[in-house]
Amino acid sequence: MFYKVNSAFFLAALLAAGTAQAQTNCGATSGRVNIVGNEFPAIRSVAAQASRCQTGNLTVRSNLTANHQRINLAGMQGNPAEYTSAIVATSSIVELINNNVLRPLDALVAAHGADIPRNQLITIDGRIMAVAFMANSQHLVYRKDLLAQIGAEPPKTYEEMIRIGRTLRERGIVRNPIGGAYQAGWNLAQEFVNMYIGHGGEFFRPGTPEVAINNAQGIAALNTMKALTELMNPDFLTHDSNATSAEWRAGNVAMMNMWGSRTGVLMAREGNQPQVADNTTVGAPMTVGGGRIPATTLWWDGWTVARNVSDDDARATFLALKHGTSPALLNAETMGQAVWMIAGYQPAPVNKGVMDTMAMGAKPYPMLPYMGLLHTALGDGIAPFLQGRKDAATTLADIEAAYRTAARERGFLR
Amino acid sequence: MRHTVFLRFFLPTALAMLTFIALPIVSVLVQSVYAPHERVVIEVENCTPFGCVKSTVIDQEATRKLQEERPLGRFVGGDIYVDRSHLAFGELARAWDGAATWHEFGRRLMTLPFYKALAFTLTYMLFVTPLSIMLGFFVALAVNALPRLLRGPTIFFSLLPMIVTPLVGALILFWMVDSRGIIGSAVQWLAGDDDLSLKASTSLTWIMLIVYGTWSTAPFAFVVYYAGLQTVPQDTLESAMLDGATRWHRIRYIVLPHLLPLTTFMFLIKIMDNFRVFEPIVSFNASAHAQSLSYFIYSDLAGETRLLSSAAATSVLTVAGLLVLLSPVLVRTWRQFGKA
Repeated sequence: MFYKVNSAFFLAALLAAGTAQAQTNCGATSGRVNIVGNEFPAIRSVAAQASRCQTGNLTVRSNLTANHQRINLAGMQGNPAEYTSAIVATSSIVELINNNVLRPLDALVAAHGADIPRNQLITIDGRIMAVAFMANSQHLVYRKDLLAQIGAEPPKTYEEMIRIGRTLRERGIVRNPIGGAYQAGWNLAQEFVNMYIGHGGEFFRPGTPEVAINNAQGIAALNTMKALTELMNPDFLTHDSNATSAEWRAGNVAMMNMWGSRTGVLMAREGNQPQVADNTTVGAPMTVGGGRIPATTLWWDGWTVARNVSDDDARATFLALKHGTSPALLNAETMGQAVWMIAGYQPAPVNKGVMDTMAMGAKPYPMLPYMGLLHTALGDGIAPFLQGRKDAATTLADIEAAYRTAARERGFLR
Repeated sequence: MRHTVFLRFFLPTALAMLTFIALPIVSVLVQSVYAPHERVVIEVENCTPFGCVKSTVIDQEATRKLQEERPLGRFVGGDIYVDRSHLAFGELARAWDGAATWHEFGRRLMTLPFYKALAFTLTYMLFVTPLSIMLGFFVALAVNALPRLLRGPTIFFSLLPMIVTPLVGALILFWMVDSRGIIGSAVQWLAGDDDLSLKASTSLTWIMLIVYGTWSTAPFAFVVYYAGLQTVPQDTLESAMLDGATRWHRIRYIVLPHLLPLTTFMFLIKIMDNFRVFEPIVSFNASAHAQSLSYFIYSDLAGETRLLSSAAATSVLTVAGLLVLLSPVLVRTWRQFGKA
């Protein structure tokens, strides 16, 4: 008996010694951590860093996929929940909060998170619901060589962008000088959200789910979008961020409004023509219609903890993800992957656009329970206007009607 | 076969169909007449790294009680079916009253999402069903006329469109018809218009989807017809030849009537398949120009906020539409077998 216990102890000690290199003491020794989230380099790094906390009794797994929003809610509704944490962004947290599957983190922050900077904590109605770790936004990306050919400064407003675009086309330098993720659906709706905010519009009557986009700002936003699309590849309604990036890499585009998190790969010499890689430059987001607030939205990415898991698992999840987004994450490889909200982060030139967006006082994407419904209605409804089949006011009226139908079904409107 | 033997033989299938087909349909039916509870929205302050803003959230306490009392949601009867996203009776009536001409009424009808989706779905089905069956038939006739040695490889190549995973096949074509792709550039060159884009024009997108649908589903008709052609009685064909019947006469008066039951069967299957057209729209990124009923269900379920009741109602309407479409063929089959 004595011998047996001793050998088991010995074996455990041996195993611990063998894996000591990879292990980190995160403060948790047991529990189950299972992370679901979007799939891009920055989030891969966070999940990898969190999985360093794994020990004999503490398992850390992750499921990172572009389809995370289709599975995160279902994966957190069970009891116990399959996923103990979802990595979410400004818009995707809303549906999880709507369905009450997230655990308020106040107690865990009080017990284990004293060293998390206050401004990283996402509080909703006074309760901490998520911990942000990176910022993202769309901003200007331009080819400095092409702009130099006509002696133009990088545009500060969308009106300037359109003027420069027309000159580039007239002079025969680029046939379709402007790019943008205008694919019907989520991307197209996002561009309207940017443009409408830039024109100073409000999406809803304050404090209510009553939509209010059929107004002068809405019409102006649509008209600006149409003027831009006239300078785009005619297939613009099928171009998402990936297709737009491909057009950029092919050297077919001179200016675009693009996500900060997707710009790094365009500036890398690896995989790009030197002509494109060396001349791709990041600029500040543009304003529109004489507005002061840039026509873009600020986004944060952050992690959450599921409600329907044991306190032990919740604690382990909190500690593992806290480690995953701690200063230990930052190294030469991860530094440029995002605009990290982590102590010790040093912005690279590629991150200038997002830093400028924050400095210019851009608005965050609205975190409203019914914003997702409006976003979907916008994504379906704008294409006929850009195709010239509907006028702006009818388009907006139809989008409002589609939103109201959906909001009535979901119980937001009577 | 005695009835009891038949029943015992059929029972496992019947059970599986009941569990995996009939019950889900009942469940969808139930979900389509319930909607989520009314949400109590309260104003709160949200703080993020970018500052604090006034915002709203759902009052969880208020909704939880409702949820526990009636977990299915609130009963709304046929409300979802007649709302603007579905049959839209109210909007239809207004369009009817407001429109002076049929053309104007049609234009207003096409702003309603359900009818727009229905228009594409029906067009797609009406073209692709006969075209793919006809193409399959001609390919089968051609292959059947080949020397035996060549038949194997030809059959393999003819089946390729069906063997290639639909999403992959469609994606390859999607790249080819891009305005910078090989087909897209060829069309621009032929038309002499550098700005012509297959993906930017609604009518060209519809044609592209119909051509793709015909191409990718013709092999099914081909396989079935090819098998059917092996059963055509040779002596009838030979005696017709002795009587001086041409190849066309033989096809028209012997082969086609012989294959009629197969054709009916294929029309049934193809109408069902094509009425549920979905994959081409996703892989051709064509949703700005063409939406089908199935795509409609998908987009209800894929949004950030899922519309389960709406998706359920569209599913029920799709099933109802199929029953209406299939009823002539079903009645005909029923009569045929009833007589026999």
